[in-house]
Amino acid sequence: MKRIGEFFRDLNKNRVLLLMVLPTTIWFLFFSYLPMAGMVIAFKEYRYSRDGFWASIVDSKWVGWQNFKFLFSTNDAYIITRNTLLYNVFFIIVGLVVAVLMAIVLSEIANKRLAKVYQTGMFLPYFLSWVIVGYFVFSFLSYDKGMVNHIASWFGADPTQWYTDKTYWPLIIVLVFLWKSIGYNSVVYLAAIMGIDKSLYEAAMIDGANKRQQIWNITIPMLKPLMTILTLLAIGRIFYADFGLFYQVPRDSGALYSVTNVIDTYVYRGLKSTGEIGMSTAAGLYQSVIGFVLVMTSNYIVRKFDKDNALF
Amino acid sequence: MTTQTQTIKTKPRDFHKLPTVWNVLFNIIAGIFAIACVFPFIFVTIISFTDEKTLATNGYRIIPEKWSLEAYRYLFKAGDQLLRSYGITITVTIVGTVVSLILTALFAYAISRKSFKYRNFFGFFAFFTMLFNGGLVPTYIVVTQLLGLKDSLWALILPLAGNAFYIMIMRTFFVTSVPEAIIESGKIDGAGEFKIFYKLILPLSLPGLATIGLFSTLGYWNDWFNALLYIDNPDLVPLQSMLMRIENSMQFLLQNTNNPSLGMGVLQSLPQDTSRMAMVVLATGPIIFAYPFFQRYFIQGLTIGAVKE
Repeated sequence: MKRIGEFFRDLNKNRVLLLMVLPTTIWFLFFSYLPMAGMVIAFKEYRYSRDGFWASIVDSKWVGWQNFKFLFSTNDAYIITRNTLLYNVFFIIVGLVVAVLMAIVLSEIANKRLAKVYQTGMFLPYFLSWVIVGYFVFSFLSYDKGMVNHIASWFGADPTQWYTDKTYWPLIIVLVFLWKSIGYNSVVYLAAIMGIDKSLYEAAMIDGANKRQQIWNITIPMLKPLMTILTLLAIGRIFYADFGLFYQVPRDSGALYSVTNVIDTYVYRGLKSTGEIGMSTAAGLYQSVIGFVLVMTSNYIVRKFDKDNALF
Repeated sequence: MTTQTQTIKTKPRDFHKLPTVWNVLFNIIAGIFAIACVFPFIFVTIISFTDEKTLATNGYRIIPEKWSLEAYRYLFKAGDQLLRSYGITITVTIVGTVVSLILTALFAYAISRKSFKYRNFFGFFAFFTMLFNGGLVPTYIVVTQLLGLKDSLWALILPLAGNAFYIMIMRTFFVTSVPEAIIESGKIDGAGEFKIFYKLILPLSLPGLATIGLFSTLGYWNDWFNALLYIDNPDLVPLQSMLMRIENSMQFLLQNTNNPSLGMGVLQSLPQDTSRMAMVVLATGPIIFAYPFFQRYFIQGLTIGAVKE
């Protein structure tokens, strides 16, 4: 009894702050925690019920691991996993190298105002939606009007049906990804470079180190912690793909699915076009669970490296 | 070594200067990439000002044979849908940003207070959603079946309103930039928790709120995914989503035109490609003109986000 009384006294003492967290807590319950519970439908044969949400979930028949069995018996599971992982591995490696190089380039440019102008230009794609980017790409790749086919014609090359020919799509996807993200990422690294103690460079200079040696022996080692953290965080998200990049940019073209279908687009199509709710949820659960394991693992590694930079 | 000492001798204070060749090269690299980032927008703008017939014969060109304002004229004449979508996007962006700021600020402030007994619990409650989520299908079912938000503007507002990442940024902001002494002084003056928050904390937190608010505004303005999932009613389609829908045909625009003179015969002469590109320009324009001014808040947000409590 005494403990219950204490509990209520605490509640009362914190009531205003509790009231403050209440709206957001309700939001999290509906938009995060209830969907987590709703994942049980991965183990059910989902049937929409007129009696609403709870009835739909409760009345659907349990089917055990059947949805997962179906999912992994198709070629789709392999393709979407492969695509998601391979693209992300590429994005992480190439993205890191290019972003760091661009940050160094920007930081070394003598005319600071010009550097600022370049930076502003590079930052632009970050502010645009994938729908807009899809239009941009289309203005280059359109079969009859696009610039790429036009330029190819100068060299006597035949026009390519870009949106049905999958040969170049892995490259196109990587290029579009870099185009959209490099500006943003290099700004992060640039901020870190600006934070490096200038006296380190002065000391190196006095010791006779040239610029290349300074970059190699000061700038890059000083950026290492940030590179490690951002890379490990990205590895934690390696099972998640950017839906817009893989849906808008290829214009949802069926002929390209084998190189553009990723877990996120697969789940979406299962829900909205093919109607395979069970399998779609199973794929989502597969993504969430492996994603969770990867975040925990990468955070564990970050903690070992450098406790201050761990997520938690 | 000799050249090295020489540079030091001639310019003793300039330690950071790059050799001229490299400086030129770096300028070229950064310049080309910066132009590549901006070019597609300029290109699309040029296309939107191209004469439709020229476009049909020549394709998209950087310097078109014939310029034309027809696409914009057409949009202003027949573009009810465009105006309506603009209205939807602006409404959703404003309401959404306000709701999102309220949710973020209240929650983040409470868990930033050391005297709040349950701060760790609620901190984890929000943080855990960054690590694990229910995925698309269960979320879709909750939003459509339980909350019944299909074809409602709230379906565009609520799913983006809460965000654990913003909460973490904001909590860091409160912890680092709002001194505990201010809260204490408020208490001594007899102000309640809400009054302290409203009168003392919020004015101090404007830079942090501005950063979160801008992130949120951008998120709402650019959102098309929630409309793709939840909106079928053509009257409720936001800008980005409308651009998606008209991607392959002008049908959508035609359906929503109340101009009776637009018969089937006129259909051929409609500025199809150009007006689609003109819509892209009109949907992107506000961002293009605004972002250079707000850029630094975004950079600030990125760097605050990297700092932990």
